Amino acid sequence: MRILDMIKNDKPGVYLLASLLAVSIAVPLLNLLVPESSVFHLSTYTVTLLGKYLTYALLALAADLVWGYLGILSLGHGAFFSLGGYAMGMYLMRQIGDRGVYGDPVLPDFMVFLNWHELPWFWHGFDHFWLAALMIILVPGILAYIFGYLAFRSRVTGVYLSIITQAMTYALMLAFFRNEMGFGGNNGLTDFKDILGFNLREDSTRIGLFLASAAALAAGYIVSRYIVSSRLGLACVAIRDAESRSRFIGYRVENIKLWIFVFSAVLAGIAGALYVPQVGIINPGEFSPLNSIELIIWVAIGGRNTLYGAIIGALLVNYAKTYFTAALPEVWLYALGALFVLVTLYLPKGIVGLRNLRGARA
Amino acid sequence: MSEFRIISPARKLASLLLCFVILMGFVQTCAAAELTLDASWKILSSKNYNKKARAIETIAQHNPAEAYRALKALLDGQLYFAKHSKELYILQQTDENYIFNALFGGEVITQERKRGFKKARINNRLRRLIRQSLAVMQLKNKDPDVRLVAVQELLKNPEADATHLIESMIDKESDDKVLAAMKTLRAVNMLKTGDEAAQMKAINRLARSLNSSVMNALTNYQAPNEALKEKVQAAISRINDQRKLYAKAETIFFGLSLGSVLALSAIGLAITFGVMGVINMAHGELMMIGAYTTYVIQLLMPEHIGLSILVAIPAAFMVSALVGIAIERSVIRHLYGRPLETLLATFGVSLILQQAVRSIFSPLNRSVETPQWMSGAWQLNDVLALTWNRFYIIIFCLAVFISLILVMKKTALGLQVRAVSQNRRMARAMGVRSEWVDALTFGLGSGIAGLAGVALSLLTNVGPNLGQAYIIDSFMVVVFGGVGNLWGTLVAGMSLGVINKVLEPWAGAVLAKIIVLIFIILFIQKRPRGLFPQRGRAAED
Repeated sequence: MRILDMIKNDKPGVYLLASLLAVSIAVPLLNLLVPESSVFHLSTYTVTLLGKYLTYALLALAADLVWGYLGILSLGHGAFFSLGGYAMGMYLMRQIGDRGVYGDPVLPDFMVFLNWHELPWFWHGFDHFWLAALMIILVPGILAYIFGYLAFRSRVTGVYLSIITQAMTYALMLAFFRNEMGFGGNNGLTDFKDILGFNLREDSTRIGLFLASAAALAAGYIVSRYIVSSRLGLACVAIRDAESRSRFIGYRVENIKLWIFVFSAVLAGIAGALYVPQVGIINPGEFSPLNSIELIIWVAIGGRNTLYGAIIGALLVNYAKTYFTAALPEVWLYALGALFVLVTLYLPKGIVGLRNLRGARA
Repeated sequence: MSEFRIISPARKLASLLLCFVILMGFVQTCAAAELTLDASWKILSSKNYNKKARAIETIAQHNPAEAYRALKALLDGQLYFAKHSKELYILQQTDENYIFNALFGGEVITQERKRGFKKARINNRLRRLIRQSLAVMQLKNKDPDVRLVAVQELLKNPEADATHLIESMIDKESDDKVLAAMKTLRAVNMLKTGDEAAQMKAINRLARSLNSSVMNALTNYQAPNEALKEKVQAAISRINDQRKLYAKAETIFFGLSLGSVLALSAIGLAITFGVMGVINMAHGELMMIGAYTTYVIQLLMPEHIGLSILVAIPAAFMVSALVGIAIERSVIRHLYGRPLETLLATFGVSLILQQAVRSIFSPLNRSVETPQWMSGAWQLNDVLALTWNRFYIIIFCLAVFISLILVMKKTALGLQVRAVSQNRRMARAMGVRSEWVDALTFGLGSGIAGLAGVALSLLTNVGPNLGQAYIIDSFMVVVFGGVGNLWGTLVAGMSLGVINKVLEPWAGAVLAKIIVLIFIILFIQKRPRGLFPQRGRAAED
């Protein structure tokens, strides 16, 4: 009942969930049932693109949870996203089996290419989906736990935290670029064939992945909303606004920060895992600090500290990116740069803030 | 002919050197002496390499006035002969013409093509022989540097009979370096020919040398008795220890030069981030602007590459400083006290600057030419050479650092900057124009980023992504050194550079960098305020 009340009190959230539901019904219909010649037909390419946006939205949601409600500006959320993606990528690699270029039944192509003779220990078991799914949650979670445990315990805050999260994702990027790491080096993992027995090139599989992304986003939103509207969420806001005071009152600031951070990392990992089968590749470039900063701007543009704002921001900016990089590639970086500057200067509450502004004036 | 065919190259050299010690009356079965000088010159235009070898020996032995010039030209592939007369000419090539100077007599033929002339060909065996012969001739040169090179050349391929030659010159030698090299050469030969006492002395002498042919001679040395065997082992291990020591010194030098680059790129940030508290993500792009300024200045003065770098230093400072002030006035001043927002906005600025450079200069990498006076190396001894460009970077970094310290401590601007950063409201109350100070401070930090860009342009390619590659490192250096502490930045930069280079040999460049990053992340957990934290009131915020 509490959850129902919570959802009722969150009007924008209701709109958001309703539109997610509507899209989840409309997209499969338009793609599968409407004939290709029709104007209303949605190409599979577009479905995949929308699915990708939804995974980005989940990532932005995760970032907003720690930035908007805890004041932790993580410039390393791309790392958790990529780790989730790599775990999924490893599962997909094992599913290729002997259909690779070299036809080795066990070793992925790049290992054969590097003249390796057996699977590294950390690749064992990734042919089972359940283990991969567990790792998608555990690997980002454990990294966030260790990183957060160290950082929050020694009270590294503010900009310092931002800089070391950035260093973390940078170090991971350098590490994954190395062939010796056993994750495909520069080229990453790609050339996937199927997932859970479904062919990745089939339209129906694409629709399935799209629906899974939408469901994950909806579930992620509901859980996040539940957290921020609970007493724990209030404590978070208290910590964000006056950390020392909350500590003196008796809250375990470190623990609260740590668990929210870990939860956020897990959300990012799940987003990454859903992202990889849709785009068909994961490589170390995903770890680049630029990606992590870019996702922060999605949140800032949508409006932080609202959850739904992050989702709106992610969808809008990525739609704009797709449009501009195709139509006017020269302009995109100018536009993105200008967005960063203008939003921080003139729209501190993002697009969502615009609506409130008008409401306040009226 | 049969005598010639069995002669190995080494024996051949031996016979060459023998020619110089002909006074000793020691003549091998070599028939070289039978060849006349005139015949030898003719043979150079023939095709038979064995004959040519003998001819070269003969020429070197007689050593006429033309010998050096001719053999040098032969070695460099500039010795030609006329197809009909077989007369020898030395080719002098200009952009348009081929100029053939006759070796004998003053005839000069200038023509547009090489028609009518043919190159005197040599092979590797002859090349070695010529180099040795030239070295022997050079031993009598007046210039001590030339003599030193000659002795070192002989040392590369020491022959027992060279001893006698050296022996006769050692007493006349006045230059210390040449003398030392000659003594080393004599000792190497002594190892093979001398009696046991002489060998003992030779080993003592050689234990002090780091030359690689000395090392070869020592490792190949067959000791006749136990005492000498132990002696030579001790000498070898001594040399190895010395080499390791110098290798360490070289690593530290590399580390310091890398550290200077890191410190240089971080010093500007230490001002904007450390003193003003502004997170300037566009710092890397200000360095990039400095690098492009250097590139443009070189384009403007292609005749004076050496001078262009010196001009670029103030120019890059000014350009980057002005861009920095523009950023401060238009964006950053609205965001004071909101560090995370500043970070995002300046990141946006960095994207715009990158794209602007891509639009103006194209996305391709450009390269800045290294001036003559910065190339080459300072050869300290046989194993340690310090390249000048690394050396200048260290000096440049220290110079920038010292001038910055002076500006901060000795000028009115520095005083005002410190006042504003410590207590803005009080400083304003005392009549300091804090806005003006903010703009100038930011300009100073940006200008120093521009200076770092000049240094970087000489080390790597100049491209739109130049700044991005250094921004994370620079932040690491500032945070590691302790925010707000200029000395901390210098120490942090240098030590990170050295740590990186020390780790590199056994971990590889990429892994070394990862280890350093992890080390800093862990270090910040332990000491969140860096190596040298600020104390007192300024630390509380």
